[in-house]
Amino acid sequence: MQAVIDNLPLLLEGFGMTLLLLVVSGAAALLIGVVAAVMRISPVPSLRWVATGYTELLRNTPLTLVFAFCIFVVPSLGVRIDFLPLALVALTAYTSPFVAEALRSGFNGVPVGQAEAARSIGLGFGQILRLVILPQALRMSVPPLINVLIALTKNTSVAGGFFIVELVATGRQLANANGNAVIEILLAVAILYLVITVTLGLVAGRVEKGLRVLR
Amino acid sequence: MTSVLYDAPGPRARRLSLVVSLVAAVVLLALFGALIAALAAPRVSGGVTVPGLFDPSRWDIFGEATTWRAIWGGVVGTLSAAGLAAVLAILLGMVISLLRSARTRWITVPITIVLEFIRGVPVLLMMLFILLVLSTGQYWAVVGALALYNGAIIGEALRAGLDSLPRGQREAGLSIGLSPLRTRLAIEFPQAFRQMTPIIVAQLVVLLKDTSLGYIVGYSDILRVMMNNLSSFYGNRYLFSLFFVCLAVYLVINFTVSFIARYLSRRLA
Amino acid sequence: MRTIARSGIALAAAALTVLGLAACASESPTAPVESVEPSEFPEGSSMAAFAEAGTITIGTKFDQPLFGQMNPGTGQPEGFDIEIGKIIAGRLGIAPEDIEWVETASANREPFIEAGTVDLVIATYTINDARKERVSFAGPYYVAGQSILTLAGNPEGIEGPDDLVGQPVCTVTGSTPEQKLIELGADVIATDTYSNCLEPLRNGAVVAVSTDNVILAGLADQNQGEFEVVGEPFTEEPYGIGLPKDDTEFRMWINDVLEEIAEDGSWEAAWNATAGTVLPPATPPAVDRY
Repeated sequence: MQAVIDNLPLLLEGFGMTLLLLVVSGAAALLIGVVAAVMRISPVPSLRWVATGYTELLRNTPLTLVFAFCIFVVPSLGVRIDFLPLALVALTAYTSPFVAEALRSGFNGVPVGQAEAARSIGLGFGQILRLVILPQALRMSVPPLINVLIALTKNTSVAGGFFIVELVATGRQLANANGNAVIEILLAVAILYLVITVTLGLVAGRVEKGLRVLR
Repeated sequence: MTSVLYDAPGPRARRLSLVVSLVAAVVLLALFGALIAALAAPRVSGGVTVPGLFDPSRWDIFGEATTWRAIWGGVVGTLSAAGLAAVLAILLGMVISLLRSARTRWITVPITIVLEFIRGVPVLLMMLFILLVLSTGQYWAVVGALALYNGAIIGEALRAGLDSLPRGQREAGLSIGLSPLRTRLAIEFPQAFRQMTPIIVAQLVVLLKDTSLGYIVGYSDILRVMMNNLSSFYGNRYLFSLFFVCLAVYLVINFTVSFIARYLSRRLA
Repeated sequence: MRTIARSGIALAAAALTVLGLAACASESPTAPVESVEPSEFPEGSSMAAFAEAGTITIGTKFDQPLFGQMNPGTGQPEGFDIEIGKIIAGRLGIAPEDIEWVETASANREPFIEAGTVDLVIATYTINDARKERVSFAGPYYVAGQSILTLAGNPEGIEGPDDLVGQPVCTVTGSTPEQKLIELGADVIATDTYSNCLEPLRNGAVVAVSTDNVILAGLADQNQGEFEVVGEPFTEEPYGIGLPKDDTEFRMWINDVLEEIAEDGSWEAAWNATAGTVLPPATPPAVDRY
């Protein structure tokens, strides 16, 4: 216990880094995911293929390989970027296909009659999407989207093997330095993760309840 | 659904579609070409010119059988851990779904707390924990963590499946004299499994990918064998070639598993 | 006699030009396996237990040239650490094929010993007081020194450890060089294995990689002139054999074995067959019985 208390500032630093990774790549992944999801249902075939190819490629690649590409291969191409932006790019790229899939399940959940009705009053593709489908689809996608964010929270731990000092990396360092307090330190790290994931879960529950009332 | 969103394209729309396709193709090819050119260019590092990625000297180790045997060893490591973890995860999932549907709160509340814990903690951390605290070997740390985490998720999916079954099924089972447990095993579980097969199989693909997290306990899976052991034995020059081959190996394995999964789900549906 | 690796190693590494790819071209000598009876050892000691079991689990590195590297062809690790391990196992009557080798990254060495995942650790394992609180050490069986690796031609002009202050330097998590660099005030970037450090060095993300000179020499040798070891070693890194903290009997026995092989030439033979193919000849240090 003493080891945890003594090293609390270090642990909180790691926690802060994890939060940073989560918030920034989460926001970016949501943006790119929306774009990819819209591309998949767009009338232009080539855009559909690009989106499908992107999604399939990244969903079947382990996150560690995506990180290896961003941290090792990309800098060798000539551009000098810090490790943190590269890690954010890796996390965003990996999470965005899952966001797109969550949105797709949202799209599929909107009753077909909505789109048909919108078409029958003469709205174009962009208008149908913007005014009728997306608002409903986004609402229905919230539970799977929150699951994707929870998964992202846990995926930030992979950055620890690639030069980013986040929570698990900090935990390992501390566990090595304090061999007699390994259990306490790892439990403290686990509790810090639970703070984020349980909060997200509760938020999902509240949002779901609110949306049910709306409908 | 998708075809409901827009009319069949007329001549103007088709032309616009063509233009957009061409622009997208040009942009993508340009990006791809730039990437290839950058990789193929020789790099000067420390006064020594390292040849570009497409120079044969960067790929000659793949002509040797020993390289492929080592890669095969990594594949075996990955598949053996993933296979055992998958079986354990399904068994654990069944147990968890039974416990979650229990009637007394003495069981459901503790199990829900444990499940929240397992689902909220990164798999990496669980592997570390099992290795350091329970002092099992590396293999069991990887298998244990994967089985626990995916078992929890599969358990949730199975519970949703059980809940969605018509109540008549359970009542029929009980009325012909089967015990509640046997009703579950013989009547409800098979149906729940059939319904939830897509989700469960998707989770198993995730399990396979997550074996690469075994690096944190030093487990010899494909990634570690190729990116660490082989690259340090043959030299750092081969790191990029090894990376691309490693990526190809993973894609082949994952696509195969997904394909089998889709085939199975179509057969069972 | 204790020898401190000198800039001779740096010269040797820099002077090497086109060398073969295989880190160990020559065959490792098979350590003699003695036919021992478990009853030869004191009753209840670890030596008796291992001789009885006929197998032992040794943790080593799989990715360090010259000292502990996994050979994909044979599926077995090879290197100076492995040879020492084989000799010790041989004295227990265990054949090299019966040794179980487990990869221990730097950060995992103490945890694995404490947890019992491995029985011994022979993995370029530096003896220091902090570690002695968790494990015990037999040996040392070699003394290295921390040094600095840069791009060939030393573009940043690094002469010694003082030039590293405030600069980004790469090393491995859980190693003594990491501690030393933090003390110096360098901007430490740590990762799991040394091979991960080379790419950032190439790109300029770090100005140097710093760890034991023998490891650096091996890395420089493997990469055919891209890197060079600069400056003199600025610490002493005695490599020891890690074992559980309270097993004094086993520790003293291993020390006896190490002293014997220092006399009878087995140490030299092991060195010349592995690390000695790249590094200059070395002499075994005196063991420290604490």
